[in-house]
Amino acid sequence: MKLKVNGQDREVSAPHDMPLLWVLRDLLGLTGTKYGCGMAQCGACTVHLDGRAVRSCVLPVSAVAGRAVTTIEGLSQGDLHPVQRAWIEEDVVQCGYCQPGQIMAAAALLAVRPKPTDGEIDAALSANLCRCGTYQRIRAAVRRAAELAGRKP
Amino acid sequence: MSLTRRRFLEAGTGLVIGFTVAPRLRLSAFAAVAKPPPQPNAFLRIGADESVTVLLAHSEMGQGVWTTLPMLIAEELECELSQIRVEHAPAAPPYAHTGFGMQMTGGSSSTWSEFERYRQVGAMAREMLIRAAAGIWKVAPGSCRAENGHVVHGENRLSFGKLAAAAEKLPTPAKVSLKDPKDWKIIGRPTKRLDSPEKVAGRAQFGLDVRLPGMLTAVVARAPVFGGTLKSFRADRAKAIAGVKSVVQVPSGVAVVAEHFWAAKLGRDALDLEWDLGPGAGLETERMRAEYRATAGTPGARASAAGDVDAGMRTAVKTLEAEYEFPYLAHAPMEPLNCTVRVGEGGCEVWTGTQFQTMEQMTTARIAGVKPEQVKIHTTFLGGGFGRRATPTSDFVSEAVHVAKAVAGTPVKVVWTREDDIRGGYYRPMWLHRVRVGLGSDGFPVAWRQTIVGQSILEGTPFARMMLKGGLDRTSVEGAANSPYVKATANHLVDLHSPKSPIPVLWWRSVGHTHTAFVAETFIDELAHAAGKDPVAYRRRLFDKHARHLGVLNLAVDKAGPPSPGRSRGVAVHESFGSFVAEVADVSVAGGRIRVHRVVCAVDCGVCINPAGVQAQLESGVVYGLTAALYGELTLKAGRVEQSNFHDYPLLRLHEMPAVEVHIVPSTERSGGIGEVGVPPIAPAVANAVFAATGKRLRRLPFRLG
Repeated sequence: MKLKVNGQDREVSAPHDMPLLWVLRDLLGLTGTKYGCGMAQCGACTVHLDGRAVRSCVLPVSAVAGRAVTTIEGLSQGDLHPVQRAWIEEDVVQCGYCQPGQIMAAAALLAVRPKPTDGEIDAALSANLCRCGTYQRIRAAVRRAAELAGRKP
Repeated sequence: MSLTRRRFLEAGTGLVIGFTVAPRLRLSAFAAVAKPPPQPNAFLRIGADESVTVLLAHSEMGQGVWTTLPMLIAEELECELSQIRVEHAPAAPPYAHTGFGMQMTGGSSSTWSEFERYRQVGAMAREMLIRAAAGIWKVAPGSCRAENGHVVHGENRLSFGKLAAAAEKLPTPAKVSLKDPKDWKIIGRPTKRLDSPEKVAGRAQFGLDVRLPGMLTAVVARAPVFGGTLKSFRADRAKAIAGVKSVVQVPSGVAVVAEHFWAAKLGRDALDLEWDLGPGAGLETERMRAEYRATAGTPGARASAAGDVDAGMRTAVKTLEAEYEFPYLAHAPMEPLNCTVRVGEGGCEVWTGTQFQTMEQMTTARIAGVKPEQVKIHTTFLGGGFGRRATPTSDFVSEAVHVAKAVAGTPVKVVWTREDDIRGGYYRPMWLHRVRVGLGSDGFPVAWRQTIVGQSILEGTPFARMMLKGGLDRTSVEGAANSPYVKATANHLVDLHSPKSPIPVLWWRSVGHTHTAFVAETFIDELAHAAGKDPVAYRRRLFDKHARHLGVLNLAVDKAGPPSPGRSRGVAVHESFGSFVAEVADVSVAGGRIRVHRVVCAVDCGVCINPAGVQAQLESGVVYGLTAALYGELTLKAGRVEQSNFHDYPLLRLHEMPAVEVHIVPSTERSGGIGEVGVPPIAPAVANAVFAATGKRLRRLPFRLG
């Protein structure tokens, strides 16, 4: 099966119903995308599919053939993505396990809503659980990321 | 993968600082591994490339030791944090907890227990670097100083990296002096986390991310009820699944070993299993509640007693009585449990996120039939711990060792699904409290009678001998037996029943305080109202000998200001793990739903190393406690845990997050804990606010209105 992951063509041998999450983690070695629940409840497995945030734990690999998959490892080429920079500046992370999923969800939001309202931030990020409770800082970091991205020439 | 200890020491020349500190308390059970190290053990290494590497004796699980402990070293060493690299230490006796005698992270103790040791490490290295420089310049060491990664004398200036090789040859100073607190530049400075860059990039390695050449993945079928045992199984269907390599029986059940997780999980689900369920199949939460209620009517083990409670009650002008119930709770760290093990010739290696390195090392050695020093423990980042990765039975590690032994030579990673985690036990125990308090003519308590019922966490563990005294598990009554309200009551009796059950229980972030703080802080609110007094003023009077309780209460109330229109307010104050926290919650109730808008916290944690970390931990504690107050509940029917994943064991979500403010009391007292202390006050503060809004007392968690 042919996949396009982080801009690269990858060939994997996997059952058609194997979730994309496990193809990424166990077959391609991209472990930045996390397993949290396996039923699209927590968002730890969030990746971009053609630019939109999806839950890779319930997405059969066969459904993504030929489409562009982006993981946390491929979010930015070179420098950190504005969302990642904002996450560092707002000192968001604690255990850090859910944060790749949070960052992918935030980046997908900002791609379509460069200046999201508080309500839009809440709506877009509420699908992502954080057991350490970093939500207040996530909100602040999304707002800061919008600023950082806006400042770019 | 972090360097193993051997490679660390072989990684070239440089200054390596290490020493042992005799723990104040040593668990006899660990004497076998607590012998002196064969070689000086490194906490700090300065390389010729100017790198300063700090080894952590504690596990980073979100609480921030990756930043706080290096701050202690940098303060004394005189270097910038940007120069520092951090690694988890291997499991070895020198890294034993300075208070508990085994290598572990828990009890909100990492900072206070390392406050001396890590500063001393930094100071020793500084002294050796200064002496090395003084030798080169032929000047008196006393005329040199260290600053910003260099040793300086007049016009002379040499970097730590250039001095490392010379310093390494010098004897370790027997005694060093530590800086005067007024000269601290790093301690007390709000400092951003050092682990952010790798965590936001997805590079940080958690246990689940471990990948080794030839590694296989296993998923285990465990008994559907606690205490059940395997009668028989057939693996034909499991073995037919592509990618499944083998199926092995282990003490906890049957493991399906496969090329990757997905095959292992499909294989596990395809096993045909027959279990001998045993008495665990009869467990019903509702029946247990009834049993606890009946037990509460009988005398238990005395945890705290003074005066004559019956006589005191007879003098009371008013008597109040209440019963409180708390459910079993799962820790539910975002990273499901996992452990990777390779059993090889002459030893084993274990890769996992653990809070209990010494336990894991001893257990692995016993199962694999090797000596503890032949077991290498690689501690990864923990995707949350909250107590679940500190099991005295080494449950998830021992199981993985058994699986790895069955496929010896091949590394195998055992992965728990979320369902396995929620249903796998090691819960915060279910609790029932019954409280009866008599008020005197001044409206204050004259008699306090409190009975607590719930399983002992310590019973049956290696900690029991040291910590279980006279049938009394102190972790069951902490926050109640020593409550300032109880102690201020001339006639009081707090007693404890510890019923036994096959359901494994464990410390869950803030342990006994998860329930005792709720009872104390909601009942005191109730007593104040019964006495016709303002709940804050009522507490102030009872805190007349408790200046630090009073200090945080006053600060939180002051900073909170008056509540906004349409919001109701509740307050709670609690001491835990050597720190004092007050929380003021502003809440609204509409359509049967509780909405928490704002929480103002005041904390007195003694000397504060990193105010930014303290703030983050208080925010975190509020969310953890609020999740339990609003949602957390596990129930059993016919011995089966009814919940399984986040759809029926929900966590607080971002749109429900209140605005949390944290105010820190300046203090020169000994540092207290911080990882757990934000949790206890939030549920009672919210319950008191709900009472203010609705007139309804909430005495059962999670909260249900209507």
